[in-house]
Amino acid sequence: MAKRKRIMYLFYLPALCIILIFIARPLAETLYISFCQWNGYSSTKKFIGIKNYLDIFRDSHFKTVFINTLIYGVMSTLLQNIIGMASAFFVNSRFKGNGIVRVVIYLPIMISGLVMGYIMYFFFTYDRGVLNEILAWFGREPVNWLEDGTRGVWIITLINTWQYAGNCMIIYLAGLQNIPKTYLEAAEIDGAKRWQRFKYISLPMLIPAITTSVIINLIGGLKLFDGIVSLTNGGPNYQTHSLVSYLNSQYFLKEKAGYASAIGIFTFTFIMVIVIILNGFLQKRRVET
Amino acid sequence: MKKGYWKYVVSLLILAIYLMPIYVVVVTSLKPITNLEPRLTLPKEIYWENYVRLFRDTGILKAILNSMMITAGTLILVVVVGGMAAYPIARMKNRAGNIARVIVMGVMMVRGMAMVVGLYSVLSSMHALSTYWGMILVDAAFGLPVAIYMYSNFISSIPDVLDEAAAIDGAGVFGTFWKIIVPQLKPVTVSIVVMQGVSIWNEYGFATYILQKPDMYNVTLVVKQYFGEAVKDLNGAAASAVIAIIPVVIVYLLLQKYFVMGAVDSAVKG
Repeated sequence: MAKRKRIMYLFYLPALCIILIFIARPLAETLYISFCQWNGYSSTKKFIGIKNYLDIFRDSHFKTVFINTLIYGVMSTLLQNIIGMASAFFVNSRFKGNGIVRVVIYLPIMISGLVMGYIMYFFFTYDRGVLNEILAWFGREPVNWLEDGTRGVWIITLINTWQYAGNCMIIYLAGLQNIPKTYLEAAEIDGAKRWQRFKYISLPMLIPAITTSVIINLIGGLKLFDGIVSLTNGGPNYQTHSLVSYLNSQYFLKEKAGYASAIGIFTFTFIMVIVIILNGFLQKRRVET
Repeated sequence: MKKGYWKYVVSLLILAIYLMPIYVVVVTSLKPITNLEPRLTLPKEIYWENYVRLFRDTGILKAILNSMMITAGTLILVVVVGGMAAYPIARMKNRAGNIARVIVMGVMMVRGMAMVVGLYSVLSSMHALSTYWGMILVDAAFGLPVAIYMYSNFISSIPDVLDEAAAIDGAGVFGTFWKIIVPQLKPVTVSIVVMQGVSIWNEYGFATYILQKPDMYNVTLVVKQYFGEAVKDLNGAAASAVIAIIPVVIVYLLLQKYFVMGAVDSAVKG
């Protein structure tokens, strides 16, 4: 049996090699570059200590970018979970065509974030945008939707919410289908109102699904990138960038590889800390209920 | 009024909100640039010229082949390598197994585009830039953790007794894996293939750094190029977006059961 175990270790090897070379090593390399001044292609990297990290706090755009990232993460997560849970209950209720609604809500997840941003361009652009056409039907003046950065951030948040709410719905739907029907029926016989049944039976039993869905969506929102590139490309004047799209612009356009790496390490650490804290918090709640 | 009537009203509203973007891009791709009617109206006659120009003047055909090759290559790697790695993780209830589980969960948290500088630097030193194998290995590396997670959960649900019986019959580790485990992995494999297939097909971030030669572009890069360069030819660009989404939408509609299974199984349970 000991020999079998040793052979079993061999099964890890290919995956381990790929992960070490293409995830672990680049992560270590990013960490190293974050302490260097480098333009991204020359053969010399100059070690400059923590200067890149200090630059983060001096960067006038960084605060906006950081707040945007929080909005993308937290607000998308909140809205996605509300919409996802509502649509899970809706689709789970019996009516003809609920299958079609489920299929359609999940559909946008199939479409690349980049391509979705371009599709949304047809809606939000000033000149002949669909939203402005609808406003015109009601005799209203056209709006330059993406002219203002703050509004741009909310538009991107809403698009992200809309596109990925289906993920929540599926997770909650699976959770709902795991609740034994007898529980709800017993409560109904005992005279529990619809809201009481939701609050005292469905919701507590959905806590594991909520944990999963919150964490997945939060990570998804915090690392938002493709959709921003195609809809606003971070503009106007850096006001709609997320951390990831901002570091890409610093690297790709400004050739500040060291600084981009520092933001990358910051982003990575930030997401990890948030997920660990949140996971602990939600786990504790699960025990209590 | 009949009870439950509101459900159909809400359903129609949801369908409208969710299908309108696709409707608009499809309709736009079927109108000439000179058409100045509202974007929401149906074209009076279908205008195929945008698609003709797309296939004649841009590298979309090559890009479709590139995307197919990258997607297929990555999926084969993820399924074979991921399935193998999951086997000992699911079966070894000792420290080594636990450490491997923790590593897999930890790696799932690494966000690719946050460490793109290091990735680019490593790939450059390996001469993996502008190569298909570089693209495939990077996509595979970031797809593996979820695949290993899903496979090991699934293998854990297959009774150990079957493995032991095979071992007593004289099957080696590989023989046991091949004869006992692999035949049962079909549903989870389909879920992994469809979900990761779609995300590889749609991948943009890594591709923009790795696939630098225009004839190596994948479909998303061609769409980006079209929208970026030809802002005035939005109808042509819309056609490129339609071509990018048609394959994934068809796969989704045909295999949506597996997408749902995959979405539930890949969800990290706390």
